[in-house]
Amino acid sequence: MVSLGIRRDLFAMVLLGSALVSGAPLEAQGLGDPDRGAEVFKQCTACHQIGDGAVNRIGPHLNMVFGRQAGGLENFRYSESMTRAGVDGIMWTVETLDIYLENPKSLVSKTRMNFRGLDRAQDRADVMAYLREFSQDPSDIPEAMPTATGTDHDLDPAILAIQGDPEYGEYLASECKTCHQANGAADGIPAITQWPVEDFVVAMHAYKRKLRPHPIMQMMARRLSDEEIAALAAYFEDLE
Amino acid sequence: MKLNRRAFLGTASATAVSLAAPMVFAAGHGKSHVVVVGGGAGGATAARYIAQDSQGEINVTLIEPSRAYYTCFFSNLYLGGFRDISSLAHSYGTIASGGVNVVHDWAVGVDRDAKTVALAGGGSVPYDKLILSPGIDFVDGAVEGWDLSAQNAMPHAYKAGSQTELLRAQVLAMPQGGTFAMVAPPNPFRCPPGPYERVSMVAHLLKETNPTAKILIADPKETFSKQGLFEEGWNKHYAGMVERVGPDFGGANVSVDPDAMTISIDGEVTKVDVCNVIPAMKAGRIAELAGVTDGNWAPVSAADMSSKADADIYVLGDSSAQGDMPKSGFSANSQAKVCANAVRGALTGSTIFPAKFSNTCWSLINTNDGVKVGATYEATDEKIAKVDGFVSSTGETDAMRQATYEESVGWYAGITSDMFG
Ligand SMILES: Cc1cc2nc3c(=O)[nH]c(=O)nc-3n(C[C@H](O)[C@H](O)[C@H](O)COP(=O)(O)OP(=O)(O)OC[C@H]3O[C@@H](n4cnc5c(N)ncnc54)[C@H](O)[C@@H]3O)c2cc1C
Ligand code: HEC
Ligand code: HEC
Repeated sequence: MVSLGIRRDLFAMVLLGSALVSGAPLEAQGLGDPDRGAEVFKQCTACHQIGDGAVNRIGPHLNMVFGRQAGGLENFRYSESMTRAGVDGIMWTVETLDIYLENPKSLVSKTRMNFRGLDRAQDRADVMAYLREFSQDPSDIPEAMPTATGTDHDLDPAILAIQGDPEYGEYLASECKTCHQANGAADGIPAITQWPVEDFVVAMHAYKRKLRPHPIMQMMARRLSDEEIAALAAYFEDLE
Repeated sequence: MKLNRRAFLGTASATAVSLAAPMVFAAGHGKSHVVVVGGGAGGATAARYIAQDSQGEINVTLIEPSRAYYTCFFSNLYLGGFRDISSLAHSYGTIASGGVNVVHDWAVGVDRDAKTVALAGGGSVPYDKLILSPGIDFVDGAVEGWDLSAQNAMPHAYKAGSQTELLRAQVLAMPQGGTFAMVAPPNPFRCPPGPYERVSMVAHLLKETNPTAKILIADPKETFSKQGLFEEGWNKHYAGMVERVGPDFGGANVSVDPDAMTISIDGEVTKVDVCNVIPAMKAGRIAELAGVTDGNWAPVSAADMSSKADADIYVLGDSSAQGDMPKSGFSANSQAKVCANAVRGALTGSTIFPAKFSNTCWSLINTNDGVKVGATYEATDEKIAKVDGFVSSTGETDAMRQATYEESVGWYAGITSDMFG
């Protein structure tokens, strides 16, 4: 799949054809403007290549990223977190990319992609429109999904501002320690000690809101209130 | 204070006899006494959490006859050749150095008026709060022809250790094309997927060593835990090897003859090479001796695991009748934390937080083919009630099944370090 000669204009033609068939140009359907997206993509080029002859650099090449399993290229060394996300079932779609590009850590806590994220929904929509042109059969990629223009998944700052009660956190954490070792060792289940509070809170809410797929953690997070998540984050941050 | 307790521990490990001495609590004058009977999934966790969290305010004694606890969890993996037996053994050293008085003896009676626990070695231990987590015993006469004296000919291997080693040795010694029989237990019993994970692991072993062997299960239950997942796995990995006789075909009408090595199902007698008898279960006998059982199990309040018969006694894990939680190591560990928080609150006035329970049980079907089922629970006035749950689905990808297995390895490390430090 890497050896396909991918050229943006080629994809554009295919796209044009399908757009004509479906009777509406892309922008009108709301995914964003690929030309603006090309501009936004300049923030990515320090690490990512795309298009004809693109190869893996600091980040994986982004040809045909739509429909690809997260961490799915065989010849790129992903972080453990990204590989796990893929095994858990994350595929790159308009929806998951939108979440990842907004705040990479919300979907993949320990991702190696050292990038703040794109705050503006329009930037994400545009860059996705651009990425979509380098995917196989772009016309198959749904664009009218609810999140197609970029939805803000970012947590309400009020949630991030909650000061957790570490004593309550300690009690709640006893339930987590059946699986997550208190000493921070990881033998098949990731370590969660000494994380920055914000990363912890963002990850827990991503499970709670089912942005992350794992059934155990969705179940555990679903019954925790915002205060309880803050309490856990405060407790685990200082656990040595 | 701490020095005194250390000094006591030093002598304790040197001579077990001195433990029977009535001066056990000389060091802890004026403090509250919590006695925990049974150093397994429930008891070890409760003892450790109370000692750790009360920071010396409560004197905790753990009574447990064995010096090494062999986990039942993952003992099926040992049968299948995925673990060695020593990896299942855990000692009480860290619990003791964390401030728990570990007494290696049997509790043989509870005087609820005097509030003391009698020890087999003589002497007794006073308590303010008593926590019982003695696991299970077998119901007498549950399987016609079988009693504990037959456990070498027909092992149960439902308490881990030498029984598990015996069962594996018997499977390895089976003649080519021989038959492994299992008498599965009626509900409720410890570890609902346990017998079926065991079948999977025995099948895995036989496929390598004895591929024409057969496995015959006599089962009194219509259905069993994760049935669709197990049956999918047996068809996929061990086609034609496993036969299960359910109650429709007499799976509840079983007797065995340990001398003749035969099993009779609905009157039809079969000669077998190994017979794993897993009888009906009840609460560990000390719960009955303490008078806190009603029928086979000990009813408890969901909010704190206190016995419905005595507010100063708590019953954890397999022995308790609590509601919706399956009898598992995970459940016992989860209940222990709720109980520890409540006991500490009652004795020291520390905050008692609301009860929260959860459970997940993983099972291994074949190499890197793991499945899981789990749920969360809350305390209601009536019982521990299920809130939410999930189960693996049939047809998952190999990568997902492998990740599930790896997760279970992580859980084993997690729960054993949570129990034993
Ligand atoms: C084959 C098998 C596989 C299993 N797999 C899993 C699994 O994958 N996951 C899971 O969560 N659970 C699993 N379990 C279930 C789990 O082992 C039990 O549910 C769990 O151990 C129950 O904890 P407990 O504290 O009630 O009893 P136990 O852990 O059995 O502890 C009881 C302790 O009390 C001691 N004791 C008993 N009587 C006395 C007395 N009178 N005085 C002093 N001490 C006493 C015993 O020596 C023992 O150490 C499995 C069980 C089996 C048999
Ligand atoms: C500082 C370098 C860097 C920047 C800037 C960066 N990335 Fe990444 N990106 C990475 C790395 C490294 C990975 C692999 C992450 C991992 O393994 O956890 C990655 C992974 C990805 C993936 C997942 C690919 C896969 O195969 O699963 C996508 C999609 C992605 N980046 C898109 C972008 C976009 C779009 C931008 C710009 C808006 C961007 N990245 C900016 C380094 C970067
Ligand atoms: C039954 C076992 C289990 C329990 C109990 C459990 N977790 Fe998890 N946890 C997992 C597994 C497995 C993962 C990996 C999930 C995935 O792949 O997304 C995980 C992932 C996480 C992550 C993300 C880690 C990462 O690197 O992305 C956090 C944070 C977390 N858990 C916190 C908690 C907290 C807090 C609790 C207690 C309220 C808890 N967990 C209870 C098994 C468990």
